[in-house]
Amino acid sequence: MKLPSFLLKLAIVSALSLTTSATSVFGETTEIKIPQQEWGFTSLFGTFDRAAQQRGFQVFREVCSACHSISKLSYRNLTEIGFSTEQVKSIAAQDQVVDGPNDEGEMFERAALPSDRFKRPFANEQAARANNNGAYPPDLSLITKARPDGINYLYALLIGYQNPPSDIVVPDGRYYNHYFPGHQISMPSPLPSAGLVSYADGTEATIEQMAKDVTTFLAWAAEPEMEYRKKLGVQVIFFLTVLTILLYLAKRRIWARLK
Amino acid sequence: MSVVFKNRLVRWIDHRMPIFSSLHHEMYEYPVPRNLNYLWNFGFLAGLMLIIMIVTGIVLAMHYTPNTTMAFESVERIMRDVNYGWIIRYIHMNGASMFFILVYIHIFRGMYYGSYKAPREILWMLGVVIFFLMIVTAFIGYVLPWGQMSYWGATVITNLFSAIPWVGEDIVTWLWGGFSVDNPTLNRFFALHYLLPFVILGVVFLHVIALHRFGSNNPLGIDMKRPQDSISFHPYYTIKDAFTIGLFLIFFCYFIFFNPNYLGHPDNYIPADPLVTPAHIVPEWYFLPFYAILRAIPSKLGGVLLMGGAIAILFVLPWLDRSPVRSGRFRPMFKWFFALFVINCFVLGYCGANPPEGHFILISRIATAYYFAYFIVILPLLSVLEKPKPLPASISESIYQPKNHLE
Amino acid sequence: MADKKPGKTEDNPEASRRDFLVLASGATAAVGIAAFAWPLIQQMNPASDVLALSSIEIDLSKIAVGQSITVKWRGKPVFIRHRTAEEINAAANVNLAELPDPQNDKERAKKPEWLVVVGICTHLGCVPSGQKVGENRGEHGGWYCPCHGSQYDTSGRIRKGPAPTNLPVPSYEFIKDNIIRIG
Repeated sequence: MKLPSFLLKLAIVSALSLTTSATSVFGETTEIKIPQQEWGFTSLFGTFDRAAQQRGFQVFREVCSACHSISKLSYRNLTEIGFSTEQVKSIAAQDQVVDGPNDEGEMFERAALPSDRFKRPFANEQAARANNNGAYPPDLSLITKARPDGINYLYALLIGYQNPPSDIVVPDGRYYNHYFPGHQISMPSPLPSAGLVSYADGTEATIEQMAKDVTTFLAWAAEPEMEYRKKLGVQVIFFLTVLTILLYLAKRRIWARLK
Repeated sequence: MSVVFKNRLVRWIDHRMPIFSSLHHEMYEYPVPRNLNYLWNFGFLAGLMLIIMIVTGIVLAMHYTPNTTMAFESVERIMRDVNYGWIIRYIHMNGASMFFILVYIHIFRGMYYGSYKAPREILWMLGVVIFFLMIVTAFIGYVLPWGQMSYWGATVITNLFSAIPWVGEDIVTWLWGGFSVDNPTLNRFFALHYLLPFVILGVVFLHVIALHRFGSNNPLGIDMKRPQDSISFHPYYTIKDAFTIGLFLIFFCYFIFFNPNYLGHPDNYIPADPLVTPAHIVPEWYFLPFYAILRAIPSKLGGVLLMGGAIAILFVLPWLDRSPVRSGRFRPMFKWFFALFVINCFVLGYCGANPPEGHFILISRIATAYYFAYFIVILPLLSVLEKPKPLPASISESIYQPKNHLE
Repeated sequence: MADKKPGKTEDNPEASRRDFLVLASGATAAVGIAAFAWPLIQQMNPASDVLALSSIEIDLSKIAVGQSITVKWRGKPVFIRHRTAEEINAAANVNLAELPDPQNDKERAKKPEWLVVVGICTHLGCVPSGQKVGENRGEHGGWYCPCHGSQYDTSGRIRKGPAPTNLPVPSYEFIKDNIIRIG
């Protein structure tokens, strides 16, 4: 009786220790410590800040989308971050997307509709590389899920451009970023100076503010179901707790017949 | 002996097809030891998990597209557009991990209490078959989302077969249906991933048939001798199982709703790229101990053989452990070697999660050596050397002895 | 053997409370299973990307008088016919009392020269012929269903055969003089 429970405890303890050292177990061998930020939405019951999401979308649209796609998202998804259907329609209509073939067999351009996927800046990977010194700007739809500690990593990367240490020579077309694995990134600093965008709500567009907003937007883009997931999770776990307590009492009652 | 049903329709059906009598037999007449502890609930939970996986899997197959150009996209469509698609996929994705947690506890329980010993050898071996089929199913299922880990996991694991002398390369080409992991591979993996769970279900049936031949083992490892030793399955164990289902589902739902990607790997949210291997590839956590054994051996063929052997050796466990006493409770030396074996499995898992560098190589070799020594050296020796503690005369006696009042 | 089992005693004084607990937990579990079934059922309904695609726009300017085109809307064929004056007359001058599914042509065509109907026979879902020149259009010059011989007139109304109702008119609007949006 003692040994199995000891081993169960052992399993729990080692699982917990994996939790705390998750990055050290699965991360790179040459480890860069990613500073942890306060994100309202990462907590157990946290939700996204709508205003930050919308500001982040503005940063994405005016800065990131020159090179990066968010191809898994459609314009219509923007209603989930608080844009109205009319606003979404006019946002979509600013982009020209390729459709067709028409009756003459030609592809043609038309204004995007809410049902369209977000326009990609380049037609394909080759075109993207040709325009970016051979580097491929990754799709950002899932970026915070596709990197270890993705949300903090993304923020750190955006503000992590520095002058290289004196012993490192950074070749042309590469930039020194403290948080990028290997430190030499092909993307020039996307947020080089404050005031790159002007926020309609009057928020001051510091580099940190823009980085934080666009990270919030991309965290939503990667996990649009997050708010509903957590809300449903609270309900489900509450229900299961009640059910389990009932079952436990029923179990005790039934087993009491044996004594 | 035979039961008479009150409902006439039930009686009519049962006369022609005795499902109700056999159900009644298994529920009320089939004797279950009255002293089972909570570790005996994990088999039932694993069966439930199999059903959950089959149900959610069939639903996912309604939306998934097994084509290299669309697989990743279709999974994201499930996550974003299909009604409740994200919850169904997260259940299935985390369910695989849950299934292995339950089955590993189930296996360790069987090993500690000697549930593999006569006359339950076939029961045990069928369990090992289920475990092996689960490994295959989980592996090919992980390929389907067609992320980076899917692709490179598939490449690395199928390449294991190339270690076979003479025909290895041909076998790998045959598995792939081409010269690399590609669309034909994805298609056949999808077909097999749909098939194998039903094969597992069939073997689970055999597992249960074998179980019901002699009934459950129990923490004392002694046979049921008197009527007081046993109780009926229903309602006692049905309600006990139901209670643990509740506990388990709370644990499971924490992952589904609050930490759905904790047990996965971020690289699998990057679409597969046959030209770029991720910096550090690791299999899912439940394969890590076997992965560590594979990498502990510097020879390619040796590593593959040892990894296969780590599972195959479980088949012959009933004949390696010759001790007449089943339960580890009465085996003072076995107990500690077993505890070390379990810890050793965690150590192997830890090594498997880390790159094969520095001290991890040495640790994983020692741990691999202990894994096999436990089966080949320690258990056979203990059968001879160990002096077991005296066994209680019966299950009921051991329960009521302290207060000394039999009902 | 079974009746010797402990716990099989008939007169249990705590039976009522036990029954309540068992019933309550059983009922709660049933609610839980039903809740779990809900997503499994809902997932088969149209996904949000499917719902988002439920409207299309069509340029009518290239369709000559007397010509019909077929466009796909929600996976179904939609017939758009540029009706001739005779066809419009034939559709308008019908004694409604004779029709199996009486409906005025004015209710069915927003502009008399354009008829827009879902091209699926209301009998059992076949696509009627009559879109192309030379195809069988039935006795009333509209469409003829090859499966069971239902005949539709130039307003898409059922005139003869087993189909119970007229070809349905999808919701559509003229967003410009010669562009319509269906859905």
